[in-house]
Order: sequence, then C-alpha cells, then structure tokens
Amino acid sequence: MNYEAVIGLEVHVQIKTHSKVFTRVGAGYGHEPNTLTDPVVLALPGTLPVMNKAALDAIIKAGLLLGCEIAPVCKWDRKQYFYPDSPKNYQISQYDQPICIGGSVEIELPGAARNIMGEHKKIPLARIHLEEDVGKLNHHAADSLVDYNRAGTPLMEIVSDPAMHTAEEAYAYLTSIRHTMIYGGISDCDMEKGQLRCDANISIRPVGETKLGTKVELKNLNSISFVRDGIAHEIKRQLAVVAAGGKLIQETRDYDGQTGTSQSLRSKEMAHDYRYFPDPDLMPVQVDAAWKEKLRAECPELPFDKQRRFLRDYQVPYTITSVLIPERGLSDFFEASAQLAGPGRAQAVGNWIANDFLRELSAAKLPLGASKITPASLAELVGLVEAGTLLNTAAKEVFVAMFATGEAPAAVVARLGLAAVPSDAGELETWCRDSIAANPKALAEFKAGKDGAINAFKGPVMKAGKGKANPKLVDETLRRLLAGA
Amino acid sequence: MTAPLHFQSIAELSEHLAARRISSVELTQAVIARTKAVESRVHAFNSFDEPDALAQAAASDSRRAGGQSCGALDGIPIGLKDVIAVSGQPLTASSKMLANFVSPYNATVTESLQGAGAVLHGRLNCDEFAMGSSTENSAFGPAHNPWDLTRTPGGSSGGSAAALAAGAAIATLGSDTGGSIRQPAALCGLVGLKPTYGLISRFGLIAYASSLDQIGPFARTVEDAAIVLGAIAGHDPRDSTSFKTEIPDYRAELKRRRGPWKLGIPEEYFGAGLDPEVGAAVEKAIAFYKAQGCEIREVSLPHTHYCLDAYYVIATAEASSNLARYDGIRYGHRSREAKDVLDVYQKSRAEGFGDEVKRRIILGTYVLSSGYYDAYYLRAQKVRTLIRQDFLNAYREVDALITPTSPLPAFKLGEKSADPLAMYLCDIYTIGVNLAGLPALSLPCGFTAGGLPIGLQLIGQPFREADLLATAHAYEQAHDWHTKFASL
Amino acid sequence: MAAPSDLNIDRIAELSRLALTAEEKVRFSAQLGSVLGHIEQLSKVDVTGIEPTAHAFPLHNIWAADIARPGLAVADALRNAPAQRENMIVVPKVME
Ligand SMILES: [Mg+2]
Ligand SMILES: [Zn+2]
Repeated sequence: MNYEAVIGLEVHVQIKTHSKVFTRVGAGYGHEPNTLTDPVVLALPGTLPVMNKAALDAIIKAGLLLGCEIAPVCKWDRKQYFYPDSPKNYQISQYDQPICIGGSVEIELPGAARNIMGEHKKIPLARIHLEEDVGKLNHHAADSLVDYNRAGTPLMEIVSDPAMHTAEEAYAYLTSIRHTMIYGGISDCDMEKGQLRCDANISIRPVGETKLGTKVELKNLNSISFVRDGIAHEIKRQLAVVAAGGKLIQETRDYDGQTGTSQSLRSKEMAHDYRYFPDPDLMPVQVDAAWKEKLRAECPELPFDKQRRFLRDYQVPYTITSVLIPERGLSDFFEASAQLAGPGRAQAVGNWIANDFLRELSAAKLPLGASKITPASLAELVGLVEAGTLLNTAAKEVFVAMFATGEAPAAVVARLGLAAVPSDAGELETWCRDSIAANPKALAEFKAGKDGAINAFKGPVMKAGKGKANPKLVDETLRRLLAGA
Repeated sequence: MTAPLHFQSIAELSEHLAARRISSVELTQAVIARTKAVESRVHAFNSFDEPDALAQAAASDSRRAGGQSCGALDGIPIGLKDVIAVSGQPLTASSKMLANFVSPYNATVTESLQGAGAVLHGRLNCDEFAMGSSTENSAFGPAHNPWDLTRTPGGSSGGSAAALAAGAAIATLGSDTGGSIRQPAALCGLVGLKPTYGLISRFGLIAYASSLDQIGPFARTVEDAAIVLGAIAGHDPRDSTSFKTEIPDYRAELKRRRGPWKLGIPEEYFGAGLDPEVGAAVEKAIAFYKAQGCEIREVSLPHTHYCLDAYYVIATAEASSNLARYDGIRYGHRSREAKDVLDVYQKSRAEGFGDEVKRRIILGTYVLSSGYYDAYYLRAQKVRTLIRQDFLNAYREVDALITPTSPLPAFKLGEKSADPLAMYLCDIYTIGVNLAGLPALSLPCGFTAGGLPIGLQLIGQPFREADLLATAHAYEQAHDWHTKFASL
Repeated sequence: MAAPSDLNIDRIAELSRLALTAEEKVRFSAQLGSVLGHIEQLSKVDVTGIEPTAHAFPLHNIWAADIARPGLAVADALRNAPAQRENMIVVPKVME
C-alpha cells in the first residue's frame, strides 16, 4: 500500500514590541535572569493584565499579509494548566474567537537546479491568534531554575491546516513565514533566540484516504533545518512502524537534532483539560475598517510578489533574486540602486550586491544599514563600468575602496588612477595600428575571413595600455582599422 | 458629650485637624491605643505596623504645617482589608498560603489614599481570599463582632467592619464580591458601600471573582463614605475593566441631591427566611421615606431566585482560575514534603488553603471542566443577563431599591460553619447587585431587641453613587443609629 | 444538565492540584453535592436567545501604548520566593 504523510504546523512567532503583551515592563532577549519582570509578569496577588496596542497592530498586519480574515471582534480566554514556567498557571490566549481566521502561506519548493525556480503553492491556514509567552526553565542535575524574563512576551500562534505532505514543504512553509514576518517588521524570527518556534503534527494514511491517521506531535524543532530533518525522520519512522505491522499511537515526541533521533515524551503530566473560559480581566477587541486599512497601508509587498516583480521588471536572474528577496533591506537597496542606474543595468546592480557587497558586509561583520555604500554610489559605479570608463577588474578595486571609505566611485577612480585608458581615442588607435603592423600573418588570416584572428592583435594593445584599456573599445577600434586596411 | 477621638467621623476629625485642635499623630496614637485595647477581643487585624502608621501621621502633620494639606482624609487613619496591596507590608488574604508574603507594590486604591494623605493603618482580617460571610474562614482565626463578641461581624470583610465598629480605625476599605462589604456593615452597624463595578480600580486587589469584585468603603456616616469614595473612585489604566466616568464631588452632592425619590420594594427580598426584627426595621425605614414624600412602588425582580446559583457558578469558576497562581513556586507557602513539581503544587495548595477555598476551587474547576462549561458557566452568564435585565427594568420605574441587607442580624460564631449552603444563603439579598454590577450600600436602620445592629440596603443605578449616597444621607440625617457605638 | 452524582472528585482534585485526604474527598463531595443540587435550578431558566454577560459594563479596545517601563528590581521580584539561586526560582527538577 502507498502511504502519504499529512503535516500540520503550529508556529509560534514572538512579536517584536518594546513592552510585554499584557503589561508594560520591557521585553527582550539575553538579559540577566529575572530582570524583565514586574508584579503582573510574576502574577503577584492582585495584578491585572492590560493589552499592548502594538502587539495587536502586529498580529493584524501579519493576518493581512497572509490573507486572513480579520475578525471584527475577538476576545481573550484563559488556557489553564500548571507548569512552573507559567506564572498564573493559565496562559492568556484566544480559544474560539481568534483575531485572524483562514489565509494562506505561499511556499516555493526546491527547483530542478539551483538556478531554476521551483513550484509554488499555497498552504492554507486555520487561524492566527495572540497569546503570551511563558518563562524559561534551566535544567540542572538536581533541580530546575526558572527565569521569567520571557514570560509575557507577545506570541503569535500560526496554525496551518493539515495540508503539507513532505518535510520539504514544511521547511518551505516555515521559511516563507519567516521572510514574511521579517518583511512586515513583526518579528526578527531568530530561531536561536526562540523568536520562531515550531511544533509539527504528523500522520500518515493510505493514498486516497481522506481521514487523518494517528497524529504524532513533534516538539522542539528548534532550528529551521531540524524542522526538515525531524519531520522527514518522523515520516520514515511512522512508515517503518506500519510496514512492520505495528500500530501508531497518538503521542508527543521530542526530536533531537544533534543525533537525528526522536523519543516519546512519557511525561507523567496528567491528561489535559484546559478549562478555557473568557478572561474576565480583559475586554474584547473590535477591529474596524479604518484600523485595518491603516495597517494595510503599512504592509510591505510580500517577498514572493517582490521576486516576481524583480524577475519581470528588472530582468534579473532567478538566482540573484533568491539572494536579494529574503532580506527586505537588501532587496530595497537593489531596487533603489537599479532605478538610479537606469534601464539595462539592473542585472549588473544585482550582481554587485549578490557578490561583492554581501562578501564585504560579511567580512566586515556589518549589517546592511551600517554600510557606507549607498544605492546611488553603487548605481554610479555601474554607470562608470557600463560607459567603459572603468574596467571590471579595476571596478572591483574601486568597490572595496568605496566600501571602506564611503567615497564616491569617481573620486576613488581619480585617487587611485584606475580610469580605463586611453581617455582619448588617439592613443588607443596608435597602439592598434602598431599591433596590426607588427603581425602581418594574423592580418592575412583575418582578411581571409577568420574572425578569431582579431584576438592576436589584442594582447599587445592591452599590454601597451597596462591592462587598463577597455577591451570593448579595443575591439571596436581594431575592427574599424582592419576594415580600412 | 462628644465621642472619643477613635469613634468620631472623618468629617469631625478633619475639622479638628484643620483647626489644629489635634494632630494626626495624636489621632493615630489614639486609634492605635484603642486598637491595642480591643484587638485581643475583636481580632479585626491580621497585622498593624505602629511605627509606619505614626511616620505617615507625622508626614501628614508636617504637610499641614507647611500649608500643603491634601484635604479631608489627610491624617485620618484608615484600615485596609488584607486583600489590598500596600508596598512593603504583608498581604495575606487571611491565608496560610500567603502568611509570609510581603507586597512589593501598591494597589491603585492604596496610592489614591496615600495621595489623599490618609494614614494607612493595619491589615484587616477577612475570610480567606474573601470567601465567606462570617470571617470564620480566616486562617488566623475569626474576627468578633464588637456589639457581641460571641457573634460574627459578618464577612468576608469582617475585620474591616469590626475594626471600625470597635474604634480601631476611622474608616476602612473592604471588598465586595457577593455582599462582603454590605453584610458586615449591616451586622456591625456601619455604612458600607459597594460601588458600581468599574468605578474603583481592582489593581492590587487580590482577585476572588474578577467580574464581581469591587473595593468599597466602610464608614461611620454616609458623608464619610462619600469622602472615602471620592478619594478612590476613578479610571485606572492598569485595570482594563475600569470605567471612564466623571467623578462628582460626592460629599458636596449629598446636600445638593434631595428627594423625593421613587423607591422600589422588590417583593422577592421580603420572603421566607427574613428575620422578623430585620423585616420590621426595614419596613419602618420604608415608611420613613414614604413620609418624606417619596413614592414607594412594589417591583419585581423575577430572577432573584437564581442569583445564588448563578453567583456560585461564576464566582467559583473565576476563583478556581484566579487562585491557580498560588502554587508554591514564585511566592507563598511551599510544602516541605514536596519531592517533585507535582508535589509542590498539590501539597503546597493542600496545606496552604483552608476548606472553604478548597471547596470553591473544586466547584469552580468542576463547572469549567470539559463537557460542563455550557451547562454551568455559560448558562450562568446567560442567567446573569436576565438578572441584570430585571434590575434595569425596575429602574425604568424607580430611582433606587430598598431591601434588607442581610436576612439575619449577626449570628453566633460557629453556628453556620458546618453547612456551606446555609452560609451561602446569608448573601441572598446582596448577590444580585454584584451580578448586575450595580452600586449598593448598607446603612444602619435599627437594632434588634438583643441590641444587634440591623442594616438597610439601598441599591442604586450604575455610576450614580451620588444619588445613592444622597438617598441614604436623607435617612441618616433623620435617625441617630450612627451615633451609637459598641461598648467593649 | 449533569447530575451532581457525576462529580468525579479525584479528577477535579487532580486538575486543581489539590492533594485531598480520603476524608476530605468524602466531606467535600457531600457538601458540593448539596450545593450542586441547588445550582441544578439554573437548568430551569429559559435562556433561549439570551446573550451571556461576561462584563456588567462591556467595553472594548482597552489597551495601552507600547512604551516599556522599568519593572521590579531582581531582589524585589524574588523577595517572596520559597527557594532561589543565581537570581532564579528553584523548583524540583522538571522532567520534559
Ligand atoms: Mg497550540
Ligand atoms: Zn500557543
């Protein structure tokens, strides 16, 4: 029998806000333990939650970016369970009235080759709701230590339909969510910092069957590649169990990315009964058209839409777009520079960014925003090359200097004497004449119709020009002279 | 003959203070002396901090000396029920769970009173986590009624009532979820006001049932209640259920708002179970209003019969959730027997909570548990809508309602503690008000033959405390119940 | 509506994390049975078409601007902790 896997993902995304979701103490990562608490975070007796407007803005924006319906009214529910990282022993979340309903995530599957765009599809979403994060447990040999800095950080839970079938799809889904959230300024989605977390519900069923099989929840998929590996591993495991005539049990398994294995969480935790009920301490949220439209106006173009536009409007190769698109700042830089550079020069701009610029940034360990190169200076550089004023090899040198000092390209060229020579055609013509005269054999061959013979004249010209002669100009000049010879 | 300082009203004492006839330190010393004299018999306090109170009083005196006095409450000793957070002071909710807890922050009402210059004096005894009607559920032992020490002062804010009735404070704050201010006020011969839900910030009030809890004053007179209410009422951005509404000068309005009012008598509040002496005193009060030209109308609140049931479902459900945080992890009692985390929870909570708290947590957990939510919690919320509607319908005809506050005067300590349901029935006249979110107050309207105070309940319209207080004031001005003090 | 007889005291005690003695289980079951018996009356009310009341005076969009304010000093945050080490709360080892 042929089986297919069915995968649904629950993705938690920390929303980037200054303060927590239900109180105004600061939110952040990497602070000393328990320095980001207040009476509300610690659930001290008598404390009450107050919503953070920015967290609501962010989740509505996320919903708009993913094509969700934004509920006109949503409310807050208490999800009740005891755990030491949960200060109130209930989590304020949204149960039956989430703020975002439906929507989808566009994904791209790997293409046939690195330079070929893969298949795109849309993974439907069930919902997105807002809730609060819990604290962090640090496990030691004899006990556990609790740090509540993370508790109360705004957290979006994005729940997909069980609509994915391969680990690749899940990987692409998570990647797409990541890019979209970064674009929207909603989250930095740094998995190492726990800003993006993923649980997968995985089952297998005979192809053609519509009912879902026994579901296994895979936890702790805490890097984007562990998501792919863990899911692939789990699908394989389930298929093996069934192939061996075994029966799958509904369970939660913990994936260990280091060893590539998973094990059942035989937690002594009692069966859950979350006893959801509306939080009486909070009032509902009503989202009207004006609020939605204000946020819609702040929504950026989605990464895949931008990619399609770059391919169409700038004629840049797919491989370049796949470097530019994931980072909104980089793609914006490209677009600004390409527009300044003018028609036909976008590909060159893209190449500079994808190769030299990223290389220099990473060598200098600088973020894009700290770079001294501007879209205008890069456009100018491309212009000099296109005009023949600057040769490619020299241009590379100019770029490095621009990166280091922030000088305009023309200034670097002048300072380092890197302009293509000659600056007047007379000198070049002399070198060409000399070269033709010095090589009658090649001249004869050329005249006999062997076009390749022209290359024999070029070496001496380049040598005379000390490498700075513009090869295109050299070729043109030689042809003009040869035609008259 | 004037009453001793500790039995005088805020209105009187603030005049003495203003005229420099007394200092706040003198007044506070008098109140503390009285506290020490009666506390062993009344047990109204969980704790009090004499040096702290005297330091506040001294600060008040120096403010006054510098011409910076903040008003009528400046220098007046006010006690707080031990469910209201005061930074640096114990906050126990009369529970073993919080026996050693010290609050690192202030409730909003605490800051309001401090801002008004009040001298915060003492953490007042109450039923554990405000659950009860007799203060017998306090882990630290019951409070006693100053009018008869063998009897309960009522509850849950029994300490707030007993302290004031005993002269151990000039006014106090309590909290009222199902009658916990009004019933003890009635049983101790005091004015007790439960404001409209949302008028007073709940920030810093230990939650029992979030959608019903409200802080309010106990006072010797309606005017004093108006003064304290004015200091604590108003919008608080730290409480999302706090209402933005204009706060009138309640004290000044007492004189401006005069009747005659149209007063409704809900027939359901005068049935079986009402003590005849209480009933008679309330009838006399009704007759007084009628004689003053008020129109008295019979009204019906047909869903009254379901108030207790809706209340016990909603209140316990919310309580079961609100009390989940008392787990022995971050603060509070942690069992020494705990070997693992589950033990920390189960044993700490078993050791830290008393029986009534456990019962309500169990009931609340049950009504929210899988499969029961619709039948209990959701249904109770719908019944709550009907109960609320009853009151709003009545207010189309009348300005306020008159009822007894408690079906019984103060009962003997121990009399009802074995039967939770009998105890719950003490609240039948007060619970509907909480479900509807309305303001209501209890004021003295007489004594039983045995000398126990009787309370009259006036139920007002949302956010119209000024009218409610004025209605009560009119009665009080014509009677002298408030000039009588418990002798002990 | 459910009959009070189906109050599974063990399950409810488990959910509410209360270690009850055998005596308490019997006593609370009986007491709550009578309270639930009273509460049963709610099933007699016709609530068809009636909206639930979650708040006596419903409001909406009650929020604050996202401005971070200082919180508690660590010493104050941990002041009431039953056990602490390295500025964190100590709990018995949590098995995950
Ligand atoms: Mg979930
Ligand atoms: Zn979640």
